Amino acid sequence: MTVRLAALACLALLAPSAAPAQSLELRWGGDAEGGAPYVEADPADPSRVVGFDVEVAQLLAAGLGRTPRFVQVGFTSIDAAATRGDFDVGLSGIEDSPARRARLAVTIPYYEFREVLTVRASDADKYRSLGDLRGRRVATLGATLAYDLLADAQARDGIIPVTYEDDVHPYSDLVLGRVDAVVLDAILAQRGVRRNAGLTNQTTPLAVGHYVGILAPGAAAMRDRMNVILRDAMRDGRLEAILERWDVWNEDQPRLYARALADASPYPVAASSLSPSSDAAGTLSGPRTWDAARRYLPALLRAAVITVVLSCLSMALAIAAGALIASGRIYGAAPLRIALTGYVEIVRGTPLLLQLFVLYFGLAAFIQLPAFVAALLGLGLNYAAYESEIYRGALEAVAPGQLESARTLGLTERQILVLVRAPQAFRLALAPMTNDFVALLKDSSLVSVITVVELTKETSIFAANIGSWVLPGLMCAAIYLAMSLPLARVARRIERGWRQG
Amino acid sequence: MTVLDVRSLEVRRGGRTIVAGVSFAASPGEIVALMGASGAGKSTILRAIAGLDPIVSGTVAIPRPVGMVFQFHHLFANMSAHKNVWLAPVHVFKRPRVEAEERARELLASLGVGDRASAMPHELSGGEAQRVAIARALAIEPRVLLMDEPTASLDPARRGDLAATLRSLARDGRTIVVATHDAEFARACAHRVLAVEAGRVRDVS
Repeated sequence: MTVRLAALACLALLAPSAAPAQSLELRWGGDAEGGAPYVEADPADPSRVVGFDVEVAQLLAAGLGRTPRFVQVGFTSIDAAATRGDFDVGLSGIEDSPARRARLAVTIPYYEFREVLTVRASDADKYRSLGDLRGRRVATLGATLAYDLLADAQARDGIIPVTYEDDVHPYSDLVLGRVDAVVLDAILAQRGVRRNAGLTNQTTPLAVGHYVGILAPGAAAMRDRMNVILRDAMRDGRLEAILERWDVWNEDQPRLYARALADASPYPVAASSLSPSSDAAGTLSGPRTWDAARRYLPALLRAAVITVVLSCLSMALAIAAGALIASGRIYGAAPLRIALTGYVEIVRGTPLLLQLFVLYFGLAAFIQLPAFVAALLGLGLNYAAYESEIYRGALEAVAPGQLESARTLGLTERQILVLVRAPQAFRLALAPMTNDFVALLKDSSLVSVITVVELTKETSIFAANIGSWVLPGLMCAAIYLAMSLPLARVARRIERGWRQG
Repeated sequence: MTVLDVRSLEVRRGGRTIVAGVSFAASPGEIVALMGASGAGKSTILRAIAGLDPIVSGTVAIPRPVGMVFQFHHLFANMSAHKNVWLAPVHVFKRPRVEAEERARELLASLGVGDRASAMPHELSGGEAQRVAIARALAIEPRVLLMDEPTASLDPARRGDLAATLRSLARDGRTIVVATHDAEFARACAHRVLAVEAGRVRDVS
């Protein structure tokens, strides 16, 4: 009986559209990591989410006669999730853009925001606009209107854009002096200034943008129903009440409402105040995609150079440190052996991602490593643990007779290691080392979390820009293969060379 | 006159006595064969004399360096036959490199493997590897040469060659101690044969 019930339950789970209760839900997607005031886990009950986007979702659900259900989606993959139909509508401070309009169904805006330049208070007079920041590092979130602004300013004013995966560390790094300015929307900027002493927001906005809901491309009918609900809520003050409650209401909103109510079309206002030239990049017709590919190829290749340089330097560090650790574990005194074993176990037993965070953000209070240095140390010291195990195994695999014959000839232990044992061990280690180098080449993509833009990060920026992973993914894969395949060939050649003496 | 003097040698391994109460001496130019079945303790006696196994009690008086040729030769796998021979003279005895290389070539030639100098160990036959190993041991100019089961990797004809080679090395004043289970070979080359049984020796020549 229970078995049959369980089977029925499974069937119900497998066929969600068949279950009547499901059709009464409004699945809405957002990123709780985005935090207040958008979507955040309720401090009083972390299983619930709260925020103004949560209340807009409730507003839409109520208008549709449905129950809202939250679906957690990473902010950077929210467009892809909408396209896949992982939720009915995405609401998470999602910016309107021509690219989104071209490939998704997009609601009318429910909020207008300004892009704001945040600087250290002591620099307030020096850095008034992006034009004052030539050659300076300016932080923002990747794949946002603010990033497009910075990309334009990079070409025009020579600033250096630095992309973050979250909206907290741009401001803490601004305090630390790792960047000289942050460009993000006013809500995030105000929160950043509130949380970090010594920062100030410049009053002149850099651009104006809008938050919208996004739906799957085929969901125009649902989008139109949502637009009716949003316009009703603008008229009767319910939207204002929500924004007031979250303290994000301002005088820009009534003007937005007036325009949205005066024009009944799906797109009553421009996506943003950015120049159309940079917006045009977003659309997804065939030739334009190829255009985008041509435009992004140099950036991808530059990012590939970062990947190669970072990987080679990290591997060199890993080999050197790994060899020292392995020698220490074989030849060292007991306390040294214990310490090195501890190092290897801790480094192998914890995620590289965590180690990178600790090195870059965690240690920032004591030592501020530049991002590239932190990436190099993180990757190098992590892989050193793995390399040391390879070398230790290889050193112990050298036949004892080799060492004994060296001893009878009077060679010292150090000479035996350098002249006999290590060269033989290195040959045994070469294949696994090549393996690790290829793995490191790909693991180097993790360093994008500490603001280093390498190949994978550049690819995801590209993909976000053109709204598709197909071409960027293929290009990225081709470049990685172009880097890793020759590596394997070189390793094979070295091995062959050794065999021949 | 003795050059090698072993007295009341005792060696244990893993709590087990392998060799006990072994005493013998050898003079310059003498070839001594330690003869016995495998497991009798011959190799252990050689290893203890060479300093590879710790001695529990007894004494070994021997001029250093000691030349040792292992049963499986243990040529350094990562370098040529030639470098195997000149490595220790250069790195241990600080001979000039050019001189050591020249001397190594002479040694290899005198042992009949001069044409194999540039070969890697895995490219050598058993007999060639053994002669390179002898050259390597001789390169450090030992007064005593120890050889463990030298006939194991040789066919009968080659065994005769080896016996002749050892005889000629001994004529130059070197003392040679050979551990072997090959009675015929022992009789062919040794001046004196000591039987090793259960870790003890007895003169049978």
